[in-house]
Amino acid sequence: MCGIAGVINRKKTVNVGEQMRLMLQGIKHRGPDSTGYAMYGTPLKTGFIMRFKVSENSAEKNGSSKSEDPSVLLDRKKQVDAIMKKHGAKILKQSSSTPYAFRYEFTYKSDDLEALAKDIETVQNTEILSIGKGLELIKDLGDATKVADQYGLNKFMGTHGIGHTRMATESDVDIKSAHPYWAFPYQDVAVVHNGQLTNYWGNRRILERNGYRFNSNCDSEIIAVYIADKMSKGIDLEKAMNDSLDELDGVFTYIVSTKNQLGMAKDHMAAKPMVIYESKDIVACASEEVAIRNIFPHEIITYDPYEAEVKVWQV
Amino acid sequence: MAGLEKKVTAFQDENLSGRSQKLFFEVTEEENFTYYGNHDVDFNKRTSIDCEGMDAKELNQKIKDALKKGYGSIVIKNPGAKHSLGVGILNKLNLIFEGSLGYFGLGCIDGPTVRINGRVGWSCAENMMSGKVVIENNAGSCFGAALRGGDLIVKGDAGARTGIDMKGGTILVGGNAGAYTGFMMQRGRIIVCGNVSANMGDSMYDGIIFVGGEPKSLGTDCIEGEMSDHEIKWLEQKIKNAEINCKVPASKFKKYVAGRMLWNYDNLEPAEKKGILG
Repeated sequence: MCGIAGVINRKKTVNVGEQMRLMLQGIKHRGPDSTGYAMYGTPLKTGFIMRFKVSENSAEKNGSSKSEDPSVLLDRKKQVDAIMKKHGAKILKQSSSTPYAFRYEFTYKSDDLEALAKDIETVQNTEILSIGKGLELIKDLGDATKVADQYGLNKFMGTHGIGHTRMATESDVDIKSAHPYWAFPYQDVAVVHNGQLTNYWGNRRILERNGYRFNSNCDSEIIAVYIADKMSKGIDLEKAMNDSLDELDGVFTYIVSTKNQLGMAKDHMAAKPMVIYESKDIVACASEEVAIRNIFPHEIITYDPYEAEVKVWQV
Repeated sequence: MAGLEKKVTAFQDENLSGRSQKLFFEVTEEENFTYYGNHDVDFNKRTSIDCEGMDAKELNQKIKDALKKGYGSIVIKNPGAKHSLGVGILNKLNLIFEGSLGYFGLGCIDGPTVRINGRVGWSCAENMMSGKVVIENNAGSCFGAALRGGDLIVKGDAGARTGIDMKGGTILVGGNAGAYTGFMMQRGRIIVCGNVSANMGDSMYDGIIFVGGEPKSLGTDCIEGEMSDHEIKWLEQKIKNAEINCKVPASKFKKYVAGRMLWNYDNLEPAEKKGILG
């Protein structure tokens, strides 16, 4: 029983970080283990934003982030810097909110980031959370407020975002199993999911044979990779999501975001909840209306999408 | 005991199939007729409760406290789509929510007349025994799950699995209803003025589904039945009473019932068969 939420502000930039924090805090009861955000700020004209971590934050007593020495983490960061230099990527800005998670702004010779991303992930325990022009993916253990405070999301200005509160059922309580998932290596695409996919391993083997990487054993990761695979073949988001209803098996509702779109899909059984509020200026969707009401204190008219329904909204 | 048996016209006179169902309700046991949370209330005695900042438990307790004081009309302000509001009310009562409810609202109620000027989330009026609930906007999935009696009316659309496992009462949907509407229903009636999504009436045991529009597909063992004049009159009256502006005349509604191919109530369980066969 995870909680998912998304919000898209049409044609205006607002404090979307605070919007998402309020929504996710409202559905904390659906998943207290970890919280994740995929936020879209004003897209960079040149270069990319990369969020990555060099160690794990696990709920186990001896989680690696606690046992690993800060100097080890620093050494891994240096290795990442070296790889980026080797590929000709130029780091313009860098910051970090925790000893293991970093935010880089960098320029690169082309839009094809696969080779660079794959090389960076050869560094031990290093995972790229996201790369994009506007996308910034943040996830960690704890509730929405804790993660937002930790990463300074309360003042994140942008147009749209998606988020997730996770109740771990299929895999561990750690960052790599937390949502959202970035559609590696497709820039600016992220996914959050509530449900279970029953043909995960079969589909994973097919996608792995096609060269895609999986970082966790979480079934939700496959939706991001699946969408990335479709989009790399030139299929648009809405069509890819419609295809997923037949090709992914199980009970699920998921939300996908790209640099200028937000989409949701619900399975054939309509087994997982989703409530949508649409107006001229804003669209908000969440597992429960109580999340939406955290950003709209007044009465609003909402609805549940039906089974096998796909919706995509533009910024 | 013998005299009582002849007077009983409710549960025990119904010709239910199966063995266990006839024995679940014993009229001679006094506790079956005692409501511990029941109070005499006056409908003209009114009060309102502002739900802002309150959790469900606190609000539900306040409603019960008001009932104890004899208030028969209660207005709830700012419900804010919170979960489990108004559950377990076993009284006659006029209850008005000025806003939307979250999940599991009005579960296990017996008697009140409730109006919700908003929307309801999943599993509204689950296990409702009697009374009337009217929702002005839409309803989520599992609307009226395991409903046992009373009228449950939504003027907008209802979600998937509307009336799942219902055992009595009437559900009236002014708009469309979702997939698996009437899933495993055992008794009662569902009226949908609009269309119904896939697998309507899947695995239904009994009961009737009336549809003004079209069902996308019928579930296992759900078949079209024949409407009687009596049923058309009943439908007309029911829709009129609910103040629903249905564009389809009652005579054009279609009726769906169980094909009863799945009926096997009286079959013995394998272990029982083994016992008999020795």
